[in-house]
Amino acid sequence: MFGLQNPTKFLKFAKLVGPWLGGSTILLIGSGLWFGLFNSPADYQQGETVRIMYVHVPSAWMGMFAYSVMAIASAIALVWKHPVADHLARGSAPLGAAFTLICLVSGALWGKPMWGTWWVWDARLTSMLILFFLYLGYMALAGAFDDPERGAKASAILAVVGWINVPIIKFSVDWWNTLHQPASVTKAAMPSIDPAMLLPLLLMGVGFTTFYATLLLWRVRAEILATRIRNIRLAQIHAEGA
Amino acid sequence: MTRFIELLRRELRLALRQGSDSMMVVGFFVLAVILFPFGIGPEPGILARVAPGLVWVNALLAAMLSLDRLYQGDYEDGSLELLILTPAPLEVLVAAKVTAHWLTTGLPLMAASPLLAVFLNLDATDLGVLLLTLAVGTPTLSLIGSVGAALVLGARRGGVLISLLVLPLFIPILIFAVGAVDAASHGFPWTGQLAILGAILLGAVPLGLYASAAALKHAAE
Repeated sequence: MFGLQNPTKFLKFAKLVGPWLGGSTILLIGSGLWFGLFNSPADYQQGETVRIMYVHVPSAWMGMFAYSVMAIASAIALVWKHPVADHLARGSAPLGAAFTLICLVSGALWGKPMWGTWWVWDARLTSMLILFFLYLGYMALAGAFDDPERGAKASAILAVVGWINVPIIKFSVDWWNTLHQPASVTKAAMPSIDPAMLLPLLLMGVGFTTFYATLLLWRVRAEILATRIRNIRLAQIHAEGA
Repeated sequence: MTRFIELLRRELRLALRQGSDSMMVVGFFVLAVILFPFGIGPEPGILARVAPGLVWVNALLAAMLSLDRLYQGDYEDGSLELLILTPAPLEVLVAAKVTAHWLTTGLPLMAASPLLAVFLNLDATDLGVLLLTLAVGTPTLSLIGSVGAALVLGARRGGVLISLLVLPLFIPILIFAVGAVDAASHGFPWTGQLAILGAILLGAVPLGLYASAAALKHAAE
């Protein structure tokens, strides 16, 4: 893949692309926030609270997107043993967990005025909550070994197994919810979205994606450098011992 | 196949000689369920309504508690490495381990369920469906649990970690199993849920065997 599995080439690439991604993040989220907060209509039913959507929906997208990145990178790391893929998977997990948490919290803040309660056992909310726990499990496993190599391999297997299970969990939760309490959210769902609302939502969506990509590049850079420092230290210890 | 039977006999012999382990799981299961009437009150109607969920949630927890002994002992005394070195594929070892785990936990849990059905005022036809869901669902618990148990080998605080890894993956089984019993108690058809449980089991067989074998390979490196 463009030679990017080589950490040195990846560092070069990250140095080149990072500032562009960071700059476009500021532009996109900045303009998205301006349109979202000041230059878009309030919803006729939900009033001003609808503006929570411009943070809530993109963070839900990123929460799911980051899990896919993590799982695909893990599969690549398992099959081809690319060191950068390992770093990508591990770097993606905390970001995805943070986006999922933002989605859950902003959803609760939105739910209180709209549905009159912080939490309902709606299928989508429940799936996001389970996704959050999948992230926590992955991060706990990745950090539970003294040897980082071993943690990377174990957590890569977990990410792939989890990814296969995500559609099953999603399906089962949808089924469970329609059985237990039908139509609790449809009343709050918007029939169709106004173009004036769609513009800030899309801006924020793309902005969140570049934000995620920027942070991911940073994290991978830091991980590559940390691995190098660790290797240098190990070499020093071996040299002293000899 | 002979290798599988040999390994299975070894596992069962070990389990029988340390017989208290299996009994402790059942003891935990029964005791944990008995706590609920104290927690939510003794009205027979409420207990019968929540009985399938109670039995299943506690079966999940009991099956999970017994996971750490699946590979941990062999990992610690080094016999896991010898087992990996045998010419048979690692998946055969995993299959034997999982079968033994189900025979020593899933099956005793099923055997204890009729007693709990009496305590919780569950009627006989619902108990039949509950036993069917346990029969189809608990092997899946052993299979998915085996992946978790293999992944945490050599980790710090592996026992606590297993719960975080495995419980989210158990959720679909819980949903469909309890859904089947609930449907049966309301007089609706319940074979669909049971069929989905069976499908999940069939999917979990290759996934569980293959992923556990991969995890064991990395653990023994």
